[in-house]
Amino acid sequence: MSMPEKTESPREITYMLAIREALQAEMRRDSNVILLGEDVVRHGGGFGVSKELWEEFGDKQVRNTPISENGFVGVALGAAMTGMRPVVEIMFADFSALAIDQICNQAAKVRYMSGGQTKAPMVVRLPQGGLSWKSAAAQHSQSIEAWYVNVPGLKVVFPSTPYDVKGLLRSAIRDDNPVVFLEHKALYGFKGEVPADDYTIPLGQADIKRLGKDVTIVASGYMVHFALEAATQLAEAGIDAEVIDPRTLKPLDEEAIFVSVRKTHRVVMVQEASQSAGVAAEWVTRVQEVCFDWLDAPIRRLAGKDVPIPYANSLEQQVWPRPDDIVKAATEVCYR
Amino acid sequence: MKTDHQSLNMPGEEILSNMLIKMYQIRYFEQVAGRLYQKGQVKGGVHPYIGQEAIAVGISAHLRKDDLITSTHRGHGHHIAKGADLNRLLAEVIGKETGYCKGRGGSMHVAAFDAGSLGAFAINASGLPVAVGAALSAILQDKDIVIIAYFGEGALAQGTLHESLNMASVWKLPVIFVCENNEYAVSTPSEMTISYQDMKALAEVYNMWGEDINGQDIMEVYETAGRVIKRTREGKGPAFIHARTYRFEGHYFGEPQIYRPREEVQEARNTLDPIRIFLDYLFTHNLMSQEEAQKIDQQAQEDIQKALTYAEESPEPKPEEYAKYVYA
Repeated sequence: MSMPEKTESPREITYMLAIREALQAEMRRDSNVILLGEDVVRHGGGFGVSKELWEEFGDKQVRNTPISENGFVGVALGAAMTGMRPVVEIMFADFSALAIDQICNQAAKVRYMSGGQTKAPMVVRLPQGGLSWKSAAAQHSQSIEAWYVNVPGLKVVFPSTPYDVKGLLRSAIRDDNPVVFLEHKALYGFKGEVPADDYTIPLGQADIKRLGKDVTIVASGYMVHFALEAATQLAEAGIDAEVIDPRTLKPLDEEAIFVSVRKTHRVVMVQEASQSAGVAAEWVTRVQEVCFDWLDAPIRRLAGKDVPIPYANSLEQQVWPRPDDIVKAATEVCYR
Repeated sequence: MKTDHQSLNMPGEEILSNMLIKMYQIRYFEQVAGRLYQKGQVKGGVHPYIGQEAIAVGISAHLRKDDLITSTHRGHGHHIAKGADLNRLLAEVIGKETGYCKGRGGSMHVAAFDAGSLGAFAINASGLPVAVGAALSAILQDKDIVIIAYFGEGALAQGTLHESLNMASVWKLPVIFVCENNEYAVSTPSEMTISYQDMKALAEVYNMWGEDINGQDIMEVYETAGRVIKRTREGKGPAFIHARTYRFEGHYFGEPQIYRPREEVQEARNTLDPIRIFLDYLFTHNLMSQEEAQKIDQQAQEDIQKALTYAEESPEPKPEEYAKYVYA
């Protein structure tokens, strides 16, 4: 874990509060940082992330929008192209499908299409995922990172811890490119150590969440925590797993994965999102293209099932990889 | 066709000459682009502004350099009217490194940020929320600029247009929506797809100032734009200008136009040519001599010829630089 060099005293806060602190710090640092979205003013956005920000920053920096996702993402783009640094919250990542034109056709491309005449320094915050955030069913539980990872011109970030989410959001806001910033809904209440210091984490840098030598588990978002849980179980069976969290999905720190694979020779890739053409498929491809000769076993991929997320608990629990699945796959690639 | 010119706040000689040369420049620019397309020098689609020149020129006569526009796939005219450099604009259409967008954008994405353009958004209505965002930015930064969002009547059916009108009005932003109704969305006449024809009523629904004008008559465009831009610049909120027009060419150069009779197009060329209408006005009111008008015409032809030479002699982008400008 890359922790800051010095902290006054360790302090534990939630993932949600870490996001709020990042927004607050950047909005204080730069008055051109504005927050737009549905209900972000008094309600604090869909999940309460931005509570108290309007009270501090007022109408100039915190603005409620109509329920017009494509429209207000386009507004953020127009503002970004003319000197502001907007952060847009879309209430659920699923709803960002309504704004895909502005995110993928406009924001991602204005710099290239204009031959570098303009830039789009904006962040689109997307709460996504299911798991312990239960029974929201097919239109409020998806993991949609692959929609955006496919698009040149975008950066895509998916932090798994309070420490990471704060440092990465601050970097995302300061980045001159459109950043799709994925927050896992089931992690909002998750607590972790976050220094009060002024730190950032560069985009495009993976983190080793657990050092190990026998098998590499690559996972992001909530799956990082399942991977760590699996690693604990594996340790009891004498398998020492290394857990890599890319943190930024685009640009991908592939070198961090390669280094780990060259050490362990065995890999399990895990994603919560439905399987087909997901980010894990991309990781698998890159590893086999570059590290084929280092592999001692076929790469395993664990992913969500290719079905809409069901409502009933008995069904819902079937669609996501569980820690036990990771344990099983890791044991298999180790031929134990 | 005739406006009551007595009521006009008359533009001075310099403005009249400037408007005329811009109209000629657009006309010749598009004709050259059409010829280059026929010769295969321009590969992508070119959507000409011929027939619609009076709209962007009449509006831009009131714009400052720091006022902004968002444009569309049919955007050459908007850019010339706003003051874009002809050389760099034509070089972009041909796909040269010296083009405004260094050959990465092309005809449908021409952009001239140095002249106050935020670029051409070639997906229907997609530039509108960007214009609204630029207007929000303007009030947050205490700038007294206005933003003009151009679009065709095809955009009237897009949800994004309605989202944009709504936000601009709710937030009372300095943005003016300019609908260039050239009657056909590619091949589809607007009455087949748009349920409402009263555009002032549309503006009223969104609680903003509305105008419905003859877009072929530059004096009417000029007079209306002057009033509307003034009130928006003074902080009185957004406006919607519906300008009735007609495109003399196909949706793009080379488009077969099987959806409208040749006679209809010929009739429009004979009676609705905005340059002809403007010249008639200038001569009738003794505001310009035929000789002066010819000189302006000649100057515009030379300007475009120079731009063509510049563009043709310019280098193409280096193949190995295909990934330049993806990220800032």
